[in-house]
Amino acid sequence: MDEKNLDIIKDYKYGFSTDIENIKAPKGLSEEVIKFISNIKKEPQWLLDWRLKAYKRLKVLEEPNWQKPKYPKINYQDLYYYSAPKNFSEKPKKLEDLDPKLLETYKKLGIPLDEQKRLNGIAVDAVFDSVSVATTFKDTLTKHGIIFCSISEAVQKHPDLVKKYLGTVIPITDHYFATLNSAVFTDGSFVYIPEGVRCPMELSTYFRINASDTGQFERTLIIADKGSYVSYLEGCTAPMRDENQLHAANVELIALDDAEIKYSTVQNWYPGDKDGKGGIYNFVTKRGLCKGNNSKISWTQVETGSAITWKYPSCILKGDNSIGEFYSIAITNNHQKADTGTKMIHLGKNTKSKIISKGISAGLSDMTYRGLVDISPNAENSNNYTQCDSLLMGNKCGAHTIPYIKNKNSNSNIAHEATTSKISEDQLHYCQQRGLNQEEAVGLIVNGFCKEVLQQLPMEFAVEAQKLVGISLEGSVG
Amino acid sequence: METKIKTDFDKTFKNYSSNDEIGFKKNNLENFIKNGFPGRKLENWKFSDLNQIINKNIGELNFYIDPSKENLIENALIVKNFDHNKIIFINGKVEEIDFSFEDKDKVIILKELDISTKIESKNSLLNLNNAFCRNFYKITISKNYNMNKPLIIYHVSTNNISSTTLNSQLNFILEENSSLKIVDIYEEKSEKNFINTFYNFTVKENAILKNFKIDKSQNSNIKYSYNNIDQSKNSVSETFILSNGSKFLKNEINCNLNGQYSSAFINGVFSLNSDKHHEIRTSVNHLVENTKSYQLIKSVLDDKSRSVYQGKIYVSPDAQKTDGYQLSKCILLDKNTEFNAKPELEIYADDVKCSHGSASGSLNENSIFYLRSRGLNYEQAKKLLISGFFLDVIEKITDEEIKNFVKKTMELNQ
Repeated sequence: MDEKNLDIIKDYKYGFSTDIENIKAPKGLSEEVIKFISNIKKEPQWLLDWRLKAYKRLKVLEEPNWQKPKYPKINYQDLYYYSAPKNFSEKPKKLEDLDPKLLETYKKLGIPLDEQKRLNGIAVDAVFDSVSVATTFKDTLTKHGIIFCSISEAVQKHPDLVKKYLGTVIPITDHYFATLNSAVFTDGSFVYIPEGVRCPMELSTYFRINASDTGQFERTLIIADKGSYVSYLEGCTAPMRDENQLHAANVELIALDDAEIKYSTVQNWYPGDKDGKGGIYNFVTKRGLCKGNNSKISWTQVETGSAITWKYPSCILKGDNSIGEFYSIAITNNHQKADTGTKMIHLGKNTKSKIISKGISAGLSDMTYRGLVDISPNAENSNNYTQCDSLLMGNKCGAHTIPYIKNKNSNSNIAHEATTSKISEDQLHYCQQRGLNQEEAVGLIVNGFCKEVLQQLPMEFAVEAQKLVGISLEGSVG
Repeated sequence: METKIKTDFDKTFKNYSSNDEIGFKKNNLENFIKNGFPGRKLENWKFSDLNQIINKNIGELNFYIDPSKENLIENALIVKNFDHNKIIFINGKVEEIDFSFEDKDKVIILKELDISTKIESKNSLLNLNNAFCRNFYKITISKNYNMNKPLIIYHVSTNNISSTTLNSQLNFILEENSSLKIVDIYEEKSEKNFINTFYNFTVKENAILKNFKIDKSQNSNIKYSYNNIDQSKNSVSETFILSNGSKFLKNEINCNLNGQYSSAFINGVFSLNSDKHHEIRTSVNHLVENTKSYQLIKSVLDDKSRSVYQGKIYVSPDAQKTDGYQLSKCILLDKNTEFNAKPELEIYADDVKCSHGSASGSLNENSIFYLRSRGLNYEQAKKLLISGFFLDVIEKITDEEIKNFVKKTMELNQ
């Protein structure tokens, strides 16, 4: 597809698909498929047993149905649970060895591996479908003792670490989609930052859904050992396609004593076309455990894509003096639906959490903030501050705020505030008077509305995110 | 429970004449039997599992009360030095209706069940109420008539009943330009009953409804009260709830703003100690343009008490220019107290101004310090801060007479 054609389908900037032959597991979900996945990835017995245990539980679990955005029933037997680029078995050593078509795709996406790694100092672990294709900057990381690889590689090379931490934050006894992921996860990232190390660069993974009908089940596990720091970026784009695709990833973060993890996401998966046809179902479970004292986990997300976004990146503040943060921008347009927010579970003493959520809905979309702040009886002197603002554009969309607040400790404070409004005529008038057209004016005001969250993103990401905010709202005014 | 409830039902209504009513009641009974008392699996009862609370505190419930028994009205119960009209419920049965301060032809009292106005409801407690309520009253305030004096509704239960459900309901129509003030007073002599009250209000154009619910007397009953308010153009409703005396109390207010420029105000105060568990759930539905709602709920919790506030503002796609506000605040005095809140906004229109806030925590140390540095001891300082905290809500009461009455009841000095 050349550049001209691309311009025609401008609606979705990253909507194209590359033809790479895939190795696929047989369609459907069964013990055989799980064994097939485990076998092809040469996994040890304990992991297969773990998967099968999850699958056993999955069979008795029911799919949840309390969420606001309803979706047609997913036929889990009609999905492929494993697909990998064919030339995976002989993993390329150099970029030139890669499938030229793959490289082309990355170029269109704006991640030229060779250029970017030098210019931005970002190690890119690009996941094309389900298998890590290339990992860069390994040398610098190795020097610091940092492990940054695909989770399948970690299973082979660092089984002790994986075995120790996998499933400790999101156990196999969790909810339906998390358990599904535990049974069939294919690949994802693994990060281990050793004691006292401050990761010298932002770690980043670009996920890309490619093969038709492939549910993506990544599993990410990040462990920050005592006194360490890591900032992790995740960004997503997906090709244009008609059928809905399920994406049920699990992300587990573990911060030990004095460690800090910063996890940033820019999510721009295919949201479906103007009539609400197609698009990704983004049912992701993200959970961080502040296991040690004085640890900190911070989630930042910019959610602009997907037909349905249904996720609650959460923090379990177990260690004393630990801190949880959640910064979110969620934008829905056309027929998109989002039900997102966070959970802050305060267990340790002197724990603090902060939630800043900005929701923007336009077109015929529907947006829900749903969050939980739970301060347990033992969490003395804990504090929470929550702010949720919603912006409505047009009178056919919806914005909802459903916070659950539970305070069981008399020495702890919770403050929550939320507002819902539209862009005021005055603000628009002011900007237009100064020569901006309506769309530019809206873009400017929206960026101001989101600023508090955008500021939390690392530099390169912030620029990308700011552009995305603009693109997502194109055509929603007037 | 099923056989018990059925025999109690037959026993209660064996001499009942109206066929329409008995059919209506039977339908409701069946619905109740199907759904039972609500439990935590229902979103609206997430924080207060009534089923469990009844099992724990009461156990087996009776649904039958001997209807022939006449109950004497104790004069000591009646509020003194305060001119008022009265309706007196004793054990769920209306014993006296007295509108002696009003023009006779302006307040119309009909003993009838207006089945057509009954809300089809999934609420199983309403079903229970409809099934077992012994007399239905429809009270209409005529056009352009303003009541001279407030109406006090006494809910009295006597000490000879226990483990019984008491169901009562009233249906009020406020015609155009009329006004009505209601004070609900609970006087409990009984222990361990389930008391279920349901009011339906139709507030027509320019009418003003004020309802003050005072739950002050200390008792071990489990209570549920539901107000449904339908409002037309330019109408105003004001609800005030003092939640204090009962073991368990849940007040639900469902308010439909059907007419332009209508407004609803809901204010509430929880003042709880020992292991009481109280809840206020509101649902304000903005259905047309230019409507307004305001909610302020404050709670102070001591011992092992627990309060819940679930407030919902719904704005339909047609309800542009809505102004909705919700604020809930809580002071937790003791380690074992718990405050749960779910302030919810569900908004489908864009030109609206809706916001909510919720804050909970301990008494402000700085304020205590300030007062102590001026010579107050800790207890005095605490008391002063708490009364100030409550007065914020009490001062919102728009009726002077009742405001003072509430202050007196709560022993809040100015």
